[in-house]
Amino acid sequence: MNSRISHIASNTFREAVRDRVLYNLIAFALLLSGAAILVGKISIAIEKLVVINLGLTAVSLFGVVIAIFIGIGLVSKEIEKRTLYTVLSRPVRRWEFIVGKFFGLAGTLAVNTFFMALGVFLALFYVSHTFVRADALIFVALYFIILEFLIICALALLFSSFSSPLLSAVFAFSLFVVGSFAEDLRNFAAMTHGITRWLATGTAYLVPNFSAFNVITSIAHEQPVAGQLIFHNTLYAFFYALMALSGAVLIFEYRDLK
Amino acid sequence: MPAIEILGLEKTYSVGFWRKRPKRALYPLQLTVEEGEVFGFLGPNGAGKTTTLKLLMGLVFPTAGSARILGQEWTDPAVKAQIGFLPEQPYFYDYLTAHELLNYYGQLSGMPAKDRNRRVEEVFHQVGLHDVRGIQLRKFSKGMLQRVGIAQAILHDPKIVFFDEPMSGLDPMGRREVRDLMEELKQKGKTVFFSTHILSDAETLCDRVAIIHKGLLRSVGAVEELTSSVQGKVEVIWQGTEIPASIKVLGVECHLSGEHVRAIIAENQQDVFIDVLRRERQRLVSITPVRTSLESYFVEKLRHAETTAGSAV
Repeated sequence: MNSRISHIASNTFREAVRDRVLYNLIAFALLLSGAAILVGKISIAIEKLVVINLGLTAVSLFGVVIAIFIGIGLVSKEIEKRTLYTVLSRPVRRWEFIVGKFFGLAGTLAVNTFFMALGVFLALFYVSHTFVRADALIFVALYFIILEFLIICALALLFSSFSSPLLSAVFAFSLFVVGSFAEDLRNFAAMTHGITRWLATGTAYLVPNFSAFNVITSIAHEQPVAGQLIFHNTLYAFFYALMALSGAVLIFEYRDLK
Repeated sequence: MPAIEILGLEKTYSVGFWRKRPKRALYPLQLTVEEGEVFGFLGPNGAGKTTTLKLLMGLVFPTAGSARILGQEWTDPAVKAQIGFLPEQPYFYDYLTAHELLNYYGQLSGMPAKDRNRRVEEVFHQVGLHDVRGIQLRKFSKGMLQRVGIAQAILHDPKIVFFDEPMSGLDPMGRREVRDLMEELKQKGKTVFFSTHILSDAETLCDRVAIIHKGLLRSVGAVEELTSSVQGKVEVIWQGTEIPASIKVLGVECHLSGEHVRAIIAENQQDVFIDVLRRERQRLVSITPVRTSLESYFVEKLRHAETTAGSAV
């Protein structure tokens, strides 16, 4: 990686780590994992299922909140506070700044996911006292969660490159919610006719298909994930993130920093 | 080779939410700054000084025109390794310590680790922040942040330094230190381009100044050149204990001081005045052009600009 990008990325990571709100979110995630143990104890015989379900959902949701919360301010906050002036007056290209911010945020989320996943595994060990081969499937769910984060990071950056933090948060959350129901939207489109069909199909394929990344329930039931799905999801996430990131770069390249 | 050549840079912003209307921030600007010069860019608030600096830094895009810095296109990233920039009222990543911030900027400027560490220590001494370099910037006062801003601008030993209102937020001591620093940069052969509305600083420091008002360049030149070009007054001193009646008739205000009389007259009255003194057999001591301060020149220039604009309307 270009050294300027890696410096911007590590500074973004440092900012997130020193942000106290981030610690609160991690604390919440750990609390939720603790709650999973509690709920698991109540649900006799299905403790493990509940722990995996609740734990991984917490990892995903808190990660999404962190991604959006930090991502929406990555560019707009720098413009608003004018910290960008002393960065862009150096030999730093605008696209390098955006890409550096993306990697910084993605790195932050990867580290967060690691710690939250550690919480899930600890909770799992607490309820089942041992790990079995099928537990390795949790890594696939975590991998899909990270892929999901990549898309959200890129989208948050895209919105942040032209909009205020508040509007960016609204856009990003809306897209996350709609994207989580993308499969239903596609099914709906298939049932309609005429212009509604065109519009619904267009929207269904334009929004990120987050439902394809949600394998938590099947993994909790120890059902394996097809290799083809892993391959497709990987390609899809990288392509979608790349497109969103390119959009962010394009907008930012021509933006006046008033 | 000039250090900075501004070739007709201009900027028009779109303002308004629904019905956008153009607002001219800078009219086509032609300006050349030579290498090693300390150049003052003067103007009242909202004159277009910051817009010009932002255009040169590539933070906003020009509506038309271009610029060359050290002979290269100003948008070339390689140029930026040779320039330093202090924005107006700078704000930095407040979660970083001053040392971390300078280290980060050094990395972005492509400084090798060894040089970077040495320079960071050097500039902290230079701006008087060495003892507080390990403290997070959120605990810094406005004046201290201004010093950090100056430190980051000179960190990579740039050939040209752009300062936007460098004295802003500084106490008299701090202002003095910044003036000394600029002198030091000049002695090292650096080009300093700084915007200010504190004219005494410009008068003390600048080789040349430009005056901008409402986005339009009003004048450029050496301070002496500018101040002597408009006043057109001379001070005449002659020996005497009283003011002759023929001088009084001219309506010139004279001041008696010991055995000398002093009068300030318009330059075009000079010949008539001398003739009168000669006829009165007064002994002339001196005739000296009166030098106006940059401030008087500046005020005069702006007043003239306002009048011209008013009559045009």
